[in-house]
Amino acid sequence: MSNALSILRISNLKKSYGKNTILHGATLSLHQGEIIVLIGPSGGGKSTLLQCINCLAMPEEGEIFLHDNRVDLQSAGELNELRQKVGMIFQDFNLFDHLTAVDNITVALRKVKKMSKKDALCRARRELDQVGLSDKASLYPAQLSGGQKQRVAIARALAMDPEVLLLDEPTSALDPELVGEVISVIKQLAGNGMTMIMATHQMSLISTLADRILFMENGSIVEQGTPQELLSSDMVSKTRGFCERLNEISPEDL
Amino acid sequence: MELSPFYQELLPSLNRGLIMTIALIVPSALGGVFIGIVAGTLRAYGNRITRSIGNFYAALFRGTPLVVQLFVLYFGLPNIGLYLSPYMAAVIGFILCSGAYQSEYIRGALLSIKRGQYHGAQALGFSFFQTIFWIIIPQAVRKAIHGCGNEIIYLIKYSSLAYIVTVMELTGEGKTIATEYFRFTEVFMIIGLYYLALVSCAVFILKRIENKLYIPGFGYNR
Repeated sequence: MSNALSILRISNLKKSYGKNTILHGATLSLHQGEIIVLIGPSGGGKSTLLQCINCLAMPEEGEIFLHDNRVDLQSAGELNELRQKVGMIFQDFNLFDHLTAVDNITVALRKVKKMSKKDALCRARRELDQVGLSDKASLYPAQLSGGQKQRVAIARALAMDPEVLLLDEPTSALDPELVGEVISVIKQLAGNGMTMIMATHQMSLISTLADRILFMENGSIVEQGTPQELLSSDMVSKTRGFCERLNEISPEDL
Repeated sequence: MELSPFYQELLPSLNRGLIMTIALIVPSALGGVFIGIVAGTLRAYGNRITRSIGNFYAALFRGTPLVVQLFVLYFGLPNIGLYLSPYMAAVIGFILCSGAYQSEYIRGALLSIKRGQYHGAQALGFSFFQTIFWIIIPQAVRKAIHGCGNEIIYLIKYSSLAYIVTVMELTGEGKTIATEYFRFTEVFMIIGLYYLALVSCAVFILKRIENKLYIPGFGYNR
């Protein structure tokens, strides 16, 4: 695969908060249909990297290319366009608390994509159906379980027709018994060929979905490779050590 | 039963005053909420300049007595050639004063909205203004409504200060009759009942609005 096919490419992204540098220049490129998994200890910069990719945290240095076109990070218009094409799923869902499940989806379609009320509603219902929540359309976030909220959040992101989906520990805030429903939706997305970058500690996602694993530590990508390369038993890698520790905590995930 | 001349004169006067009081309160309450939303939003989300302007406004109108503000509007502005009718002076004074207090409730509510709501909208491609307008403000209004209602109830009572710039509202009408008949206790007791009725109506309306805006997850659970 060459760079010519990359959907999204970031080059040397740097981010610091005050004197504290969180991201020391991250570079990666993502191809159509590829799934990259970010792993590593907390505070390693995974969330910051994801937030820098769609500029929720504005990187101080570095460049972002969408289909090899450089995105002007100073232009609000180009940023909003980037964000529409790069969807994001948050650890704590970030559903709009004052809107029902279906309106969480239609509000973006209507205000950002300027769709008509009828079209937006139709699209929203279809997306809710995809994540198995058609019957919860008129419920408010406070009336949904964590897993349901995350599935609505995924439906909301998908309704914008993103080309890439960023997932920031999508299952970490969930009760253990609710993790499964979200995992199965993510696997379904992967099956449909969605391009994703995902930070996760869920071994079942890492081992079954990852095309490439990036191990982040202290704000740098310290290892990367395919799961076969990094997790094979004759390999000594930080990734493997880390995944073995994850397995010790939750062996039933394998 | 025939009412005594005192009551025959008092009740029509008070009713006239009541209508004037309502005519003062309604635009003042609406204007106050509007100014409060604008000033509160500027104070919470504006840049350095608009924030300073908002803060200065709130500091000025919360920091000086309403009586002084009304005096300046009615007796002070003519010095620079601006003549306001008593009614206009009172309404403008109430709007500005009420708006300053409302802005504090709105600002607090805006700042209490979780950062994630903002991030969620930004990640979908909402512009800054769209985020504030469609996501943040609708939630903040629901959090601010109790404080804003409180301020409106307070406004109903300080509307009696319009009397000092010669607007003949409830208190003014009553005081005239009280002086005429020298029966202060009865008159002011009755004025008190009028205000109690007004406030009760306001509480009822506010409750209706609160119920209408009710969303699971905001405020109490029914």
